[in-house]
Amino acid sequence: MATSAPPMDVAHAGSPEHDLSFIRKYIFSTDHKIIGIQFLLLSLMGLFMGGLMAMMIRWQLGFPEGLMPLGNLLPETMVSGGVLLPEFYNSLVTMHGTFMVFFAIMPLLVGVFGNYLIPLKIGAPDMAFPRLNMWSYWIAFIGMGIMLAGFFVEGGHSAAGWTQYAPLSSNPEFTGVVTGQQLWLLSIAILGLSSILGATNYITTVVNLRAPGMTWFRLPLSVWSLFITAILVLLAIPILSGAAIMLLFDQTIGTSFFDASNGGQPILWQHLFWYFGHPEVYILILPAMGMVSDVIANGSRKPVFGYHSMIYAIISIAFLGWIVWGHHMFQSGMNPTLGMTFMISTMFIAVPSAIKVFNWMGTMWRGNLTFHVPMLNAVAFVAMFVIGGLSGVFMASTPVDIYIHDTYFIVAHIHYVLFGGSLFALFAAITFWYPKMFGRMMNEFWGRVHFALTFVFYNMTFWPMHNLGLGGHMRRIYDPSQYEFLQPLAGTNRFISISAFMLMTVQMIFALNFVISWFKGKKAPNNPWDDNGLEWTVSSPPPHGNFAETPTVYRGAYEFSSPLVEEDFLPQDRKLEGDGG
Amino acid sequence: MDHAETAVMQAPSRREIGAGVYSEKLGMWVFLGSEVLFFTVLIGSYIILRFGSPESFADPGKILNIPVTAVNTFLLICSSMTMVKAFACVQDGNQKGLKLFLVATVLIGATFVSVQVFEYLQLAHEGFLPSGYVDGSHFAELAAAGDLPAKVNIYGSTFFTMTGFHGFHVTMGVVCMVYVTIKAFQGKYTATDHRGVEVIGLYWHFVDLVWILLFTIVYLM
Repeated sequence: MATSAPPMDVAHAGSPEHDLSFIRKYIFSTDHKIIGIQFLLLSLMGLFMGGLMAMMIRWQLGFPEGLMPLGNLLPETMVSGGVLLPEFYNSLVTMHGTFMVFFAIMPLLVGVFGNYLIPLKIGAPDMAFPRLNMWSYWIAFIGMGIMLAGFFVEGGHSAAGWTQYAPLSSNPEFTGVVTGQQLWLLSIAILGLSSILGATNYITTVVNLRAPGMTWFRLPLSVWSLFITAILVLLAIPILSGAAIMLLFDQTIGTSFFDASNGGQPILWQHLFWYFGHPEVYILILPAMGMVSDVIANGSRKPVFGYHSMIYAIISIAFLGWIVWGHHMFQSGMNPTLGMTFMISTMFIAVPSAIKVFNWMGTMWRGNLTFHVPMLNAVAFVAMFVIGGLSGVFMASTPVDIYIHDTYFIVAHIHYVLFGGSLFALFAAITFWYPKMFGRMMNEFWGRVHFALTFVFYNMTFWPMHNLGLGGHMRRIYDPSQYEFLQPLAGTNRFISISAFMLMTVQMIFALNFVISWFKGKKAPNNPWDDNGLEWTVSSPPPHGNFAETPTVYRGAYEFSSPLVEEDFLPQDRKLEGDGG
Repeated sequence: MDHAETAVMQAPSRREIGAGVYSEKLGMWVFLGSEVLFFTVLIGSYIILRFGSPESFADPGKILNIPVTAVNTFLLICSSMTMVKAFACVQDGNQKGLKLFLVATVLIGATFVSVQVFEYLQLAHEGFLPSGYVDGSHFAELAAAGDLPAKVNIYGSTFFTMTGFHGFHVTMGVVCMVYVTIKAFQGKYTATDHRGVEVIGLYWHFVDLVWILLFTIVYLM
């Protein structure tokens, strides 16, 4: 063999800072921390756009007769003479859901914190495949670009709802949208590739790159939940990609998968979509649960109550998530006996979910509670998740579902789990790890103000939606004033809309706090929250390659108030007398 | 864990603890798990749609050319064998054999895709497309005469989507295989480090396996 060593493309393990151009360092970066921050900025933008769309929806529902303020800024095809057009309203409803699910909550949870936390928390220099990681970000970026492009094409954006039920989506005659619909499907297929590559990376990293001593049952719950979520992403996303490609072919090359007149089956779409869609629900909540566990243990200065049962609960939720998809289709005309089995399997999920809720309460019970901003948001997560979980039991009961399906009750339910749940957890996670990411503290006072106002306006917005739903208010309708039986609910609708506008407005506090702290915030110490995780042992922000030398782990991540040491925390890598190794 | 062991783990830039499998191999297995679900969607939909409207599917051999595809299937299985031989060669330090068998795998893979393209062109020429029959074509006349199903839209949809995505996977495999072959000619793989050869091999065998399944249920049943 030749003696000259060829340059091997090895992962830069703890390598000293090598000179990288600006572009390689901050744009086409392979550093998991930079990629995490790139995902953060991209998905916060998605969150903002999804929010703006919600505001337009709320304007139309709260003030159907009024002329939309600033409506003249939008083109005639969207808002004509101050009136939000029904076709555009359908696109808004579709794209609000699409952006919030695929370009806000999912990348915020999986893309941002999967990337940022996994290597740091397991003591690895980077992901197992850093270059693949870079690709998965840029593929997602392209996917989002294609999705945005749909707003600018003739016929407007997809208007078939985020669930894209055939034949509404497959037959352009029903919505009048051709190109926008195809761009939606193309974007989702491309985004799917990004997610699958990311999940492959996360799983390999957690299995193979854990630091010495970081056994499975010493992993922080955030890493456990991200690991299980990655498995769900890996197995659920190809189902959506396959289905989206079939639907795209129906519109482009004349196949008839979902066309009943040519031997296809529209209901097949529903099965495929929800076979992806229900695991997706847990993709959108499990990482939130994991990160909240970390924050609550920190804020309570106590070990997580029932650490092992937390893990088994995550695993059983993930498993049960695969056998309950039919509960989204109770009213699709399926056999009622089958509906019964889906109802029972769905109810089972309440068991592991309740285990988690009681464990969070057990963690806080008699803790030395510190209500820093992340803790406030984490506790709000638990409370809101309970409400969302309980309304889920209503939806899961087939007889009740006959009455409340496709009403504002389901809208209230999804927002209690996705906003009250995932987004509050994200506020907790972002404020908790912001000092590590940017090396600056966020402003504590404005963090509290943002939390308090968000919590109040959030509940004022979404709680009354339960009432609307029980009153028979259909979801996705354009103009409730057209229905006599909805007339008495007009006041509630207006109340919700005003609350929603306030909710959106107070998010500006968060945005400003985020941006201003980035430049002007107090410099963050290495370990501002006195936490035990490995990420807090390195500088804020951590250097390229993370750890100067690979840490050795001696214990789990939740040794708060340990009698072995004077401080009330005990980092995972601190060696005490009697520790092996 | 004693000091010596820890030091050994820190020394190499890749600390492969965990599964006892190096990361590229583990990553490929994980990725293939995702691919299984992707093909399951296509095959599962095919089964459901075929049971839903059996009258839209022609009997085996009526539209599709089984003999040509059978030969093509045989070729693909052969390419799996040459892949195994390539891997065995690199393990034994036989660089010449590695190059020979990698080139053979690339050529057979490319032949498979070419035959598939030829098959598609032939079918299109005779009037069978993802959207069903072409008006006035040979197959459309046979259908009018009652020798073929009156409508084959869903048959065309499933056939072209399933075999097309498989062909796409083979094409991607050939592209990656060309990359591995170039690296093999540069002498990058040794008897002790030949991760690239093993990882592309895993993918290649998977794609081969999927084809055996597809050939059985799409062409023969």
